[in-house]
Order: sequence, then C-alpha cells, then structure tokens
Amino acid sequence: MAANPAKVFAVKAQPGFGFIALFCFFMLYLPIATLVFYAFNAGVSVAAWEGFSLRWFESAWANSAVQEAALRSFLVACFAALLATVAATMAAVATTRTEPYRGLTFKYAFINQPLMVPEIVTAVALLIVFSRIKVWTGYSGMGYILAAHTAFCIPFAYLPIRARLENMDLTLERAAADLYAPPWQAFRRVTLPLLWPGILAGFMLAFVISLDDVVITEFVKSGGQETLPTYMLGQLRRQVTPEINAISTVFLGISVLLVTVFFFLNRKKS
Amino acid sequence: MSVAKNAIDVRGVSKIFTSAKGDSFKALDNVSVSIRENEFFTLLGPSGCGKTTLLRLIAGFEFPNEGQILLHGEDIAVLPPYKRPVNTVFQSYALFPHMTVAQNIGFGLEMLGRPKAEIAARVAEMLKLVRMDELADRRTSQISGGQQQRVALARALAPKPKVLLLDEPLSALDYKLRKDMQIELKRMQAETGITFIFVTHDQEEALTMSDRIAVMNKGRILQVGSPHDIYGKPTDRFVANFIGETNFLRATPAGAKNGLMKLSLAAGGTLEAPLPEGSLPSGDVTVVVRPENATLAPERKGMLSGVVENVVYFGTDTHVHLKLDDGTPFIVRQQNASSATTAAVKGKRFGLSIAPETPRVLKD
Repeated sequence: MAANPAKVFAVKAQPGFGFIALFCFFMLYLPIATLVFYAFNAGVSVAAWEGFSLRWFESAWANSAVQEAALRSFLVACFAALLATVAATMAAVATTRTEPYRGLTFKYAFINQPLMVPEIVTAVALLIVFSRIKVWTGYSGMGYILAAHTAFCIPFAYLPIRARLENMDLTLERAAADLYAPPWQAFRRVTLPLLWPGILAGFMLAFVISLDDVVITEFVKSGGQETLPTYMLGQLRRQVTPEINAISTVFLGISVLLVTVFFFLNRKKS
Repeated sequence: MSVAKNAIDVRGVSKIFTSAKGDSFKALDNVSVSIRENEFFTLLGPSGCGKTTLLRLIAGFEFPNEGQILLHGEDIAVLPPYKRPVNTVFQSYALFPHMTVAQNIGFGLEMLGRPKAEIAARVAEMLKLVRMDELADRRTSQISGGQQQRVALARALAPKPKVLLLDEPLSALDYKLRKDMQIELKRMQAETGITFIFVTHDQEEALTMSDRIAVMNKGRILQVGSPHDIYGKPTDRFVANFIGETNFLRATPAGAKNGLMKLSLAAGGTLEAPLPEGSLPSGDVTVVVRPENATLAPERKGMLSGVVENVVYFGTDTHVHLKLDDGTPFIVRQQNASSATTAAVKGKRFGLSIAPETPRVLKD
C-alpha cells in the first residue's frame, strides 16, 4: 500500500473476500432453495425426496383453512396498506412541505417509532389494550388486526413517499401557485401526480409487511382469525408436510414479485 | 410620475431572513422603486444582492418584513401568489413534467376557470407567439432546453398577467441561443405590451434589453436609469465598476464654470467633468473615465500620462493597460478598425487625452 499511495482500499482484493461472500449467499439462499425444492416432493416428508409432484400445491389449494387464512391475509393487507398509505402520505406532506422548526426531527422519529420498538413489545402492549377494549365494547371482529397492521405499516409507507417528496423540485409547486392554483389544486394537479410512484411504492411495501406479519397478529387475533402466517405457524406445531412448503413457495413468489415491482417503481425517477 | 402610471411601486421594503440557528440576514434594506407601465425593467446585480428576493416578493413567494408593494396602486404585499395577477418565468423553467406543452401553457387559464374553447384558442395563440406550434402535444422532457424556455414564457404569458417576472431565464442557455432569446424577449414584450421585470447578473444582457435598469448591491438599489445613463453617467462607485470596464482617478476640485468642474488629478494633469447633481463636493473626489473615452497621444508637459504595461487584443478592439505616474492602473480601448490608432508598445510612455464631458464625478 505504501508503495502505491494512489491505490485505494479495495475490499474485493482482500484475501478470503470471495469465500466469505459465497458463504453468506449460501447461508441465505440454501434453506429457501431447499424449502422450495421439497414443495414439489411426491412423498409426505420435507427431507426425503420421493419424486416430483404438484400434489401439495393441489392439497393446499383445496384446503379450506388455507383458503380462508389466505383470503383474510390478503384483505387485511389490502385495507391496512391502503389506510397506512393515506396516513403516511399526509404525514409525509406535513413533514416535508414546511419550514424547519424545533421538534421536526423528533416528529420523524415519532412516525418511524414502530421500526425501532421491538415487535414483541408492541404486540404485548396491543394485547393488553385490545383485551380491555374487547371487554368494554364486546366487539371482537377484524378491526383490531386491521388497526394494528395499519399502525405498524405507516412507517414503511412513509419512507418512500417522503423520499420522493424531498427529491421533488419545489419550484414546480411554486409555479402552480404562481399560475393561480390555490394550495389544494396545486397539490392535486402537480404534487400528487408526481408523487404517485412514491405512493405506490409505499403501498406495496406496507402490503408486503402486513402480509407476512406473525408476532403482532398472533397476539392480537381472536379465535377464528387466522392469517396465512399464523395458520402456518399453527400447522408447524402439529405435523409438518410439504403442504407448508407449497404455501411458503407461493407466498415467497408473491412477495418477490411485489418487492421487485416496488424496486422498479422506486428507481423510476421523475 | 403619478401612482396610476406605475405598474409596480415598491415602497420602503425590507426583507430579513432568519436561519434555523437564529442568524439573520438582511436581504433587502428599505428598497423603494417604481416600475412603469409597459416597461422592460431590469434588476441587475451580483449574486446575493437581493434582486431575486425582490422578484420573489413581487411574485408572492416571500413576504416583506416592512414596506408595501403596490400593483397599479393596490397593495399586494400580503396576497398569496395565486391571488396576484403576476406570472413568473423561473430560472429552472419549472415546467410540469407530467403534462404536455399545451397543457402546461393552458394551466394558468384552467386554474382561473376559463372556458375550454377560450383556453384552446389562447394556447394556440401563445404557441404561435413562441413559435412552437408543432410541438403542442410533446412532453416537456422531449424538447430541448431552448424550447423549454419558450414554453415557460408562453405559460407565464398565457393568462395575460399585469406584470411578467423573469428570474435569470437565459442563464441556462448557450451563448448563441441566449443572444437570439434576448431579441425574442424584447419582441414579445413589445407585442404583448406587458410590463417585464427581468432579473440578471449579466450587465451586457441588461444593457441590450432594458428600458430601465436598477443596479443593486447588498440589499439596496444604488442607481435606477436607462442603460445609457447607467453606463455613461454612473453616480456610484459600485455601479461604475460593475457595469463595463472603468478607470478610477483621484482628483481635487479646482473651481467650477459653466456647469463644468475643473479637477486636478492626483496622477498629474487636469480634467473637466460635468458638475454632479446637488452640491459641489468639498474634499477630494473620484472621477470615472470609460476606457473608450480615452486615447493615446504624444506626451506633453502637464498632461496625464503613463507607461504601457500590457496590450491585449480582442478582435474588434485592443485594450492598452497603462500605469500612471502615481501608480494607478489605467485602461485605454482602441477600435481596431480605425487606422488612426497609435501603436502601443510595451514600456513606451504616452499622454492620455480624454474626451470632454465624458468623465463622471462620483458621489462617494
């Protein structure tokens, strides 16, 4: 290094870099690959290969408990993501289209709180509060899961929307105001159309986060309110068949698809 | 100059910016200026002089801490931008990227709630004015910088504003396009009869385009006048220095006669200059001589003279840099077309003959 000061530190050139990288990828993807592989097993074991078959996909598809849980997960994710995105959009506009003031940073932290608080803590807290409310009101419907999911989805929706707002040229809104657009019209006609990719990205991220939540849902749900992840967790406690693998594989496919779409939406700059 | 004849009256306006840390900066310091109806008015000054702040106060993006801004006699200083019949051409153009050229131009009229047919007709008219008829349905990202500039102009002119504000709109264009647009802008101003307030730091641009110029520095307006007055009769050291090249000479007044003031120069020799407005200065003064108003002459006794230090060739003319006897630098501009120019050679001594009535005595 001393002989050639112009040469910068290159982590790729360090001994063992290739090996460590390979090892990390191996540890990350081998279990998933194995899981997907055995989803196509013809036998009842998740560890002994007995030939290729789609029977577990068929049986999962025909299983009414899976159908019900999947539909519930999907609906909860849709509504929670929708509500969270609306709230996050308003929060993002309020925290970016303002002169900096004391406490603004604190507000950011406050909005992003669910990202920092351990999920189990939130789950226990919600369990206690919600059980009180259940006793007072007698209501034990899906509202609790929906409320909880909306709450922890907000920061995930908020981050891409805020990023998009911060990168937006402020003179565009100024130009709209200059051309006789009152604030609401300027927002509707200029800010919102340009913010759309950010909002969609936020919605999708929130959707994925809601879809695979286990901990909070497990604590908050009442009887008969299984979502797909809590159903799968319940199944693992009994007997494991490749059906779980098949469900996981489909689940994985959907998540990868959504995250990919999110990635491309986010990359597309104005 | 009655109030009714002015498009804009800025009266005693001050603007103070305070940062989050609590530091404050006086961007405008008790500024007053009147801009006449149907005038091409330029705010000229270096960056940070307050010219853009003044423009933004007129547009309504900022509000003054003190003072009034009158539009045809009516105070608009506290109105939000969308309630002011004033439009802006932004430095970055700020075209809406999700709309076509035509939609951009029609936006203001649409927000004013004009009927569709009227908007379409006006947009077509504007497209013709800026010579962009064929590109009406293009996205703004699909047109060149010069074309974007025209669209920005058309968009701001479409609602027929009382005053058009232009914030250094030509600074992003290359030299040739810039020259063309300067002429275009003049033409549009004449055709539309709208008052233009143009902000620039480019003195040449200001001189070629404006009916009147206000020269600004450090939040104040130093001089307002026609390009001719600003260049030929600067009253302030900053104005003289900022616009064009200038020679500054120290001098002692030695009596006045027939509206002319006799001056004895610190560098040697004497000079006659028109009397400055107001009272006769008592102590020493600074005199401004433009390089083109001085010529090299054979040296005579008692004449202002110096030694050639450098000769710089500019194509159309040549600048001769001299050092006067007291060490003051002095520049003489010679037209290269003229056959009568004296050959300047480095190290040679020359006398300087200065055209009568052209030197100006500064207020200082």
